Formats: sequence, C-alpha cells, structure tokens
Amino acid sequence: MISLTRRYHFPASHRLHSPRLSEVENARLYGKCNNPFGHGHDYTLELTITGELDPNSGLLLPLARLDGFVQEKILRLFAYRNINVDVPQFANVVPTTENVIRVIAELVHRHWAGSFGDLPIHVSRIQIQETERNGFELLLPVPEIENSSAERNESVMVHA
Amino acid sequence: MLITRRAEFSASHFCRVASLNDQQNWQLFGEESHSAGHGHNFVLEVSVEGEPDPITGMIVDLKELRDILEREIVAPMDHRFLNYEVEPFGQVIPTTANIALEIWRRLEKQFGVARYRLSRVRLFETADLYVDVAPPVHA
Repeated sequence: MISLTRRYHFPASHRLHSPRLSEVENARLYGKCNNPFGHGHDYTLELTITGELDPNSGLLLPLARLDGFVQEKILRLFAYRNINVDVPQFANVVPTTENVIRVIAELVHRHWAGSFGDLPIHVSRIQIQETERNGFELLLPVPEIENSSAERNESVMVHA
Repeated sequence: MLITRRAEFSASHFCRVASLNDQQNWQLFGEESHSAGHGHNFVLEVSVEGEPDPITGMIVDLKELRDILEREIVAPMDHRFLNYEVEPFGQVIPTTANIALEIWRRLEKQFGVARYRLSRVRLFETADLYVDVAPPVHA
C-alpha cells in the first residue's frame, strides 16, 4: 500500500458559539473560543492520498494537480477568511475544527471524481492541526481497487 | 507494538520521463523536472512491529536498527545524486514514492527471519510532503 501526504497551510478566524445554548453555557463550554469578536489560527491541513502508482511516472498523481484542487475547492473558501461569516457551510454550523474537517471531507467527496476520476487514487485521511497542541484526524474508507494490474509492472502498488 | 527510528540523508535528484518533452515533464513533475537536478534533506522514518522480548523488554535492538538504516540506506544515498549514483534510479524515476519503495525493498530483506517485521516506511521529501509504504507491497 502506498500513500502520499501533502500539507497545506491556511490562516482563518472563527468563533465557537452555539445558538442552541445560552450565553452563560456558551462561555462555559467554549471558554476563550467564545470571544464575541472571534480569533484566528494558522491551520495546517493534511490530505493523504492512497492508491496505485502510475507505472510510467512513478507518481500517484502530479502534485500540481492536487495543489490546484486543494487551492480551488478548499483553501479558496477558508484562507484569510472568517469561517463563521465567509464560509456558507457554517451559517448554521459551529466552526469547531471537527466540523471544519467534516465540511472539507464533503467538499472532497463532491469534487474528487470530477477532478481525479481518471486515476485509481482516493483521499484516505484528512488531518487538521488547529494549533501545535490540537490536532484532528478523519480516516476515510478507501474503495477496493482492481487487483488486475499487480502483474503489469513491478512498481505498481495495490492496496488492500 | 510499533517502534520507529528516524534517519536523514541529503541527496539530489530530478524526475523526468525520458520519452516526454520538457513541457510534458513539467506537467507531471513541475520544478522536480529540471534535468540538472536539485536536492532535499530527506527524512526517513522506519517503523518496526513486534512484541517486546520477555527478557530484554525490547522489540528490536535500536542500535541494530540504526546500523541497518546506516548501512542499507544512509551510506549509499547520503550526499549522492540519486539518478546517477544509486540503483535502480538510473532507470526508475526517483519520485518520492519510488525512493520510499526502494527503501522498503532494501530494508525488507533485513527483517526476514526475526521476531519483528517491517511495518511502515515513511519518507519526507519536505516538511509538507511525505510518502508511506506499508503492506501489502507488491515489489
């Protein structure tokens, strides 16, 4: 099994506040993150791609294609933005990093086939570091890949 | 249980498919395609899986693991131009994935009969890019 992990960086601000809770409950639950004016982080986002290596190029995919995809579908929405105000998916969702990962997973799910449907690769993991101390990780199920190419070339990788 | 040992080597490489022109190689490999080459400080993390020995309390003697990494990987690759000086990269394009696979192949031979086995090879080309190789590996 072979996988490639690429790390991206984006600064963004957010405020954790649930309309279903009272002011007192919000302050108690979210603490500093409930500051009415919001606050920011330098997030790092890791995408792990798992799949078959192209036997001619020795690549899972050209990195520029992955970078372009992440820039267009994800970073463009989040980088230098106020997540509560600027990202429509958070109009009614508290922008905890758990929920940010979930939204990013949905974006990947919606757009992946359109961009990489020609390649035997999948996103198997999304990881976000909110600060150096707080990390969040979502593992995604990877579909079975046809085993037929295992004999084709010695450098072809097939995952379980 | 897993135990992971880290090693570093600095090496130069470039990535090109010989049958493609400059523009096509650029589309595949970007800056990595410049044929004069460039270098990285590669960081290698090797994870070994096993149970601690009941007498020594160790999965693997870390000195032994260190010596294997030094002998099989660091000594032949450190401060080398991979495309010209390290096999099989005369023929195989030294992408991060192919280098990680070659490291897996070299190390796997060293762990054939022991109580422990090679579990994962992680190769960082930069802080923002790494490749993992883990079983099953069809090599």
